[in-house]
Amino acid sequence: MSAPAINLSAQQHEHNAHEEHHQTFVTKYIFSTDHKIIGKQYLITGIVMACIGILMSVLFRIQIAWPEQSQAIFSFFLGEKWAPDGVMTPDAYLGLVTMHGTIMVFFVLTAGLSGTFSNSLIPLQIGARDMASGFINMLSYWIFFISCCIMLSSLFVQGGPAMGGWTVYPPLSALPQALSGSGTGMALWIIAMAFFIAQSLLGSINYIVTVLNHRTKGMTMTRLPLSVWSFFIAAIVSVLSFPVLLAAVLLLFMDHSFGTSFYLSDIFIQGEVLSNQGGSPVLFEHLFWFLGHPEVYIVVLPAMGIVSEVLATHARKPIFGYRAMVASLLAIAFLSTIVWGHHMFVSGMNPFLGSVFTFTTLLIAIPSAVKAFNWTTTIWKGNLQLNAAMLFSIGMVSTFISGGLTGLVVGDSTLDIQVHDTYFVIAHFHLVMGISAALGFFAGIYQWYPKMFGRMMNKTLSYIHFWVTIVGVYGVFFPMHFVGLAGLPRRYYTNTAFPYFDDLMDANVMITVFAIITGVVQLLFLFNFFYSMIYGAKATKNPWGSTTLEWTTPVLPGHGNWPGEIPTVYRWPYDYSKLNKDGTDYVIPGQDFIPQNVPIQENEPEPAQ
Amino acid sequence: MTAFLILIILGLLGVTVWQIAKIFQLSRKEESQSPEGVNDDRDNKIQGWIMLIFGIFFFGLMIHNFWNYSSFYPPKSGSSEGVEIDRLFFTTIILIMVVQVIMQALIFYYGYKFHGRKGQIAKFFPEHEKLEFAWTIVPVIVLAALIVYGLFTWSDIMNVSEDDEDVMVVELYAYQFGWKARYSGEDNTLGKANVKFIEGINSLGVDESDPYAQDDIVTSELHLPKGKKVLFKMRSQDVIHSAYFPLFRAQMNVVPGMITQYAFTPSITTEEMRKSQYMRKKVEKINHLRKERSEALTAKGEEALDDYNFDYFLLCNKVCGTSHYNMQMKIVVEEEDQFNEWLSNQETFGEQMSKS
Repeated sequence: MSAPAINLSAQQHEHNAHEEHHQTFVTKYIFSTDHKIIGKQYLITGIVMACIGILMSVLFRIQIAWPEQSQAIFSFFLGEKWAPDGVMTPDAYLGLVTMHGTIMVFFVLTAGLSGTFSNSLIPLQIGARDMASGFINMLSYWIFFISCCIMLSSLFVQGGPAMGGWTVYPPLSALPQALSGSGTGMALWIIAMAFFIAQSLLGSINYIVTVLNHRTKGMTMTRLPLSVWSFFIAAIVSVLSFPVLLAAVLLLFMDHSFGTSFYLSDIFIQGEVLSNQGGSPVLFEHLFWFLGHPEVYIVVLPAMGIVSEVLATHARKPIFGYRAMVASLLAIAFLSTIVWGHHMFVSGMNPFLGSVFTFTTLLIAIPSAVKAFNWTTTIWKGNLQLNAAMLFSIGMVSTFISGGLTGLVVGDSTLDIQVHDTYFVIAHFHLVMGISAALGFFAGIYQWYPKMFGRMMNKTLSYIHFWVTIVGVYGVFFPMHFVGLAGLPRRYYTNTAFPYFDDLMDANVMITVFAIITGVVQLLFLFNFFYSMIYGAKATKNPWGSTTLEWTTPVLPGHGNWPGEIPTVYRWPYDYSKLNKDGTDYVIPGQDFIPQNVPIQENEPEPAQ
Repeated sequence: MTAFLILIILGLLGVTVWQIAKIFQLSRKEESQSPEGVNDDRDNKIQGWIMLIFGIFFFGLMIHNFWNYSSFYPPKSGSSEGVEIDRLFFTTIILIMVVQVIMQALIFYYGYKFHGRKGQIAKFFPEHEKLEFAWTIVPVIVLAALIVYGLFTWSDIMNVSEDDEDVMVVELYAYQFGWKARYSGEDNTLGKANVKFIEGINSLGVDESDPYAQDDIVTSELHLPKGKKVLFKMRSQDVIHSAYFPLFRAQMNVVPGMITQYAFTPSITTEEMRKSQYMRKKVEKINHLRKERSEALTAKGEEALDDYNFDYFLLCNKVCGTSHYNMQMKIVVEEEDQFNEWLSNQETFGEQMSKS
């Protein structure tokens, strides 16, 4: 396993051959097989989808804070059909929450995050010319693109998009009689997801093969940066669990469109008894969450890897406990596949199963705690370079802890009875997985922007972006726990139908105001992102003083990444602030980092790896 | 039009911020030791301070939320089982908050304390086995205790036998968008039912030929006797619903095609709850808010809101369609003799069917 299985001369030859290629605009920027371009394509698509997803959340938050009031913004975005006289309809509300969830979880935080950074970073950080299969890589992006188009097109069909929540539990999602969005909208949702799963599998297999087979000389598995480790493990989890979702939604499609009864039984709706007999909705819940739970780790693991990398680089310190970090990634990945039942404590499954899933679920707190402690120790006694990437990483550690701790409540079957499907759960998973992954995403963009676009992003704007974002997300999600504890269920169009909840209104208004502020400040990021692409200051080769291989390439690496030979690796990626034997200076005098391609020096103490 | 105006204003605001940032940058370009776009020691210092200030803000936010919103937590559980859940909950919350306070304080303090400066050498500290072992084993022990405590409570709550003499069996029936209750009558056994039998006033699909069904009582309000364990048998006729009783700390999904169950013992009557200090305060506050809203409504020529008085309620807590948010049922908890009197005044299923 440790022998890097690459043939240098063959790759060299292939590389030279590539340079002779005549590249048209289409092959270079559109149907490109270059991992760097594909990474950018994922990034831009992810950003577009994120804008849509975040806008949706702002819209339904406005409805929650000022229920059933006429808003110009509703008329503008939803039109007369979904917001007659500017008042959002309950169906529009359900459509918005459903599509917000679907878009953010799958299209932004799975494909956007993983697609961007796995593609951009894996070959650069392991020292490979490109992905194992550039063609499959291209295919995976374009299938993703089709999937996005289908999903977005469902917003415009007659009955509206899917409305049964992003978990699309049947029978609600299978019966158009039950909900208008369960007609064409739901069918398109399923088709889009089938494409999505295909792209995810193609991408993941590529990442796995690349990491296993295309590492450069000296790049053993234990010398991989934690970012690559996390992309690799997330890809394995994807390959294991996404096919199950495909099975689940295909069976749902059968029930939905072809009259089968996998999930349907004993149903009386709209005055008639359906002929479906013998199915069980609980089966769907099992299949869905068999993916659904690993999915949150597929989302958050890459963010964890990025954060580990950024924290070490800008703390100018090695990541604390590299082996423990890898072990905890593996443990989380393994446990993530046997905890799905904690979404189903009150689904009607046998209570004994609930006990088992409580046990495995609370176990996952252990590797998560190890990660949090190790990150905190990494910034302890560092020489912290507080740029935007670092701030977002520190913010991610903070939100991951805040959100992770309440996992002890929702993961405990007994306590879940009370908080299940309330806003408490919303607050929990947004902080621990949504916001943490988003902050990791931003950290990654600020960190590798110079590598991707050869320019620097504006510092001041990035600082404003971070501080407003972190204040905003805590302002949204911390009070939300209390709203949930009051017993307010999620996905309620308005809670004014119950006077009992009237006193929550102030808190809800506050949450919405914070949500709007957070949403608006992302425009600053967008501006900075696109403006800096053209007018940003020119980047140097290694602006952050980083040790990993991507910074040994030219400022804007061409096809094949390294113009000459691929560098050989001699050390682990975290030799920051390492002093020489006598402790008089850094190992390389005057430079507080040792790139991975620098051989072990004579004056060096025992190597860490 | 307003939307465009807002967009224009936002755009202009963005340009303003950008210009200010640019001026800020130009004014200090000379003194900066780092290439443009890379932070220098001045940035580190400023950001370190903001980090500290944010840490204080965050603790302020947490204190504010606990201070102002703790009263959102429902009053003492209306079921005796719920008291156990609350106890476990508060234990867990204390544990969580201890860890949260320590960890967040460390993160933001370290962020401030170790902000980069010239000549500061970071500590090369890649590993420490004892430390890592300690913070692996401590969570293991704490979590083990929590798991065991939780599981005992869980099995106490979930394991109910219908054969138990003292348990009253009640069916909860869910449909888009409402609830019905079916009491099992004197034989304490529910008659068989299936959606196939739904016809006319037999909206729950009870099997008329089943002798157990004759004394069943179907109601649209849920009355419960205080101090008697109630076993709910739940059926749905269309989609998944969830029977959520936040004030009793009870919840179970209602799934078409199967019967789910949940049991609890009501321990506080509606009257007692209304008289409790918590509820008096809450109702007063809500009525105050409703009054304000009524004034705004009447000013617009609309109808004023009624005064609110507390009643227990059952909510649907699994998205079930357009009116999911308004799928509720009133619950009345009363003394056993009052309950028996109410029940005896209801028509039995047999009586209902023979009339039609």
